[in-house]
Parts: sequence; C-alpha cells; structure tokens
Amino acid sequence: MLPAHDPFAQADTHDLVLRADPLSVRSALQSITSVPPVSQLTHDQRATVELVLAEVLNNVAEHAYAEVAGHVAVTIVLVPGGMACEVVDEGGAMPGGTLPEGQLPDDALAEGGFGWHLIRTLTKDLSYRRQRGTNRLNFLIPLSDL
Amino acid sequence: MQLQTQTRPKVISVQVIEDRIDAATAIQFKERMRDITAGGTQRVVLDLARVQFLDSSGLGAIVAVKKLLGPDRVLELSGLTPTVEKVFRLTRMDSVFTIHPTLEAAVAHAASA
Repeated sequence: MLPAHDPFAQADTHDLVLRADPLSVRSALQSITSVPPVSQLTHDQRATVELVLAEVLNNVAEHAYAEVAGHVAVTIVLVPGGMACEVVDEGGAMPGGTLPEGQLPDDALAEGGFGWHLIRTLTKDLSYRRQRGTNRLNFLIPLSDL
Repeated sequence: MQLQTQTRPKVISVQVIEDRIDAATAIQFKERMRDITAGGTQRVVLDLARVQFLDSSGLGAIVAVKKLLGPDRVLELSGLTPTVEKVFRLTRMDSVFTIHPTLEAAVAHAASA
C-alpha cells in the first residue's frame, strides 16, 4: 500500500523554527513573507498568509507557552488551491483538546477573541492533534486565484 | 512606537509612524495613546495610513483605546490600508468605528461636529 500523500514531504517547502515570543514571531513573519513560496504571491495573498500565521504563532506564544518559554516550528507549502501550513509546538495542550470556535464576542467593545475568528475565517481544513507532548495544527489558506 | 500628535481646540490627531501594530507593540501603543489623550476632552482621530499590518492584538489595543476614552469622547479612524481594512471588516469592527478615508477628512469632520 502506498503511503498517504504528504504535501510536506515535497522539496519546495519552507521550514522555520522560532522562539515563541512576539518579537521572534514578527521577525519570522518578515522572513517567511520575503522568500518563496510566499514572496511569489500577490500583495493581498501575502497579507492573508501573514495575518493567519501571526494569529496562530502569537496564540502559541501566549497560550501554549504561557508558563514556560519554548519553540514553534512552521512549515508551509504551496499546494493546488492554497498554502498548506503545519505549526508544531511543545507547549501546553489546547484546553479540552479542541480548537476554539472563534465566534466574535457579544460585547461590541471586547478587546480580545478576534484571533480564532480570523483564523477560522481565512483558513479551511483546520485540524489539531495532541500527540506525545506536542501540538500539531494543520490548515489550508485558500488562495482562490492561484 | 512612534506616534505623531497634533492638538487642535476640538480634536487631537495621532498619526502612527510605524508599519505595524502587532502583538509585540500592542501594549506600548495602548499606553502611549493613554498618555497622549489623558486630561483632554477633544475628539481623537487615529490615522493608520502608514500601518501595513494589524493583527488581533493590535486591533484589541485600538478597541481598548476607544474604551479608555469613555462613552463621551469620540475616537475615529482614518487612512486604513487594504490589509488593515480587511481585519476591521472580518471582525465587524468596521461597524463599531467611524472610518474616514483620510486624516484631513477625519479632522474636518471632527472640527465641524
């Protein structure tokens, strides 16, 4: 039996391991968006990828590593229909083992709760697994006009 | 976090001279805005024309500024770049804030209010 197709096994992936803190996230985003495959996208598509990765990586920094410092690995690969992304960290598990719904807060002047709403709006095929002490998040950022 | 402030009788305008308001600068931005607006009663216009990137932390900080100004003091925005506008639209914050195309339009509107 052939192994399942793994888009991350391709050669033209971009991998990055970074410290999970806001300044490292910022510099990682700058480096991810300045090299292929993200640098080859349109301005709008690049902005979408940067926003989604910012939300995901800052969530890891803020929540998974709330108690201890640590690293997070990002892999992105251009696939038909969008950018497939995998984000892996060794921080704390998602509460309840599931991803937040991402509903906008009822309070019109809430200062938080936007992050997962943006992630859920701008991605599809979102999946989360907790395995042997690691969190593994996979998702596709659809880039419709590719 | 560089902010350029101009104080007029009825309006304080603040131009963000940074290309991003993100998780790394959101708290600093909020504190600077609190210092700039403290003690006054004018309307506040926040010009985001130079800001190319805003994440949910940056958005939360702008909402926090609106909150700390209180219900009687107006905060309006101007100059949203397409990427920033998209964040406001996707989170429906475009319905919470009055958004002007340019700083000049926002200041003229505030001065005539």
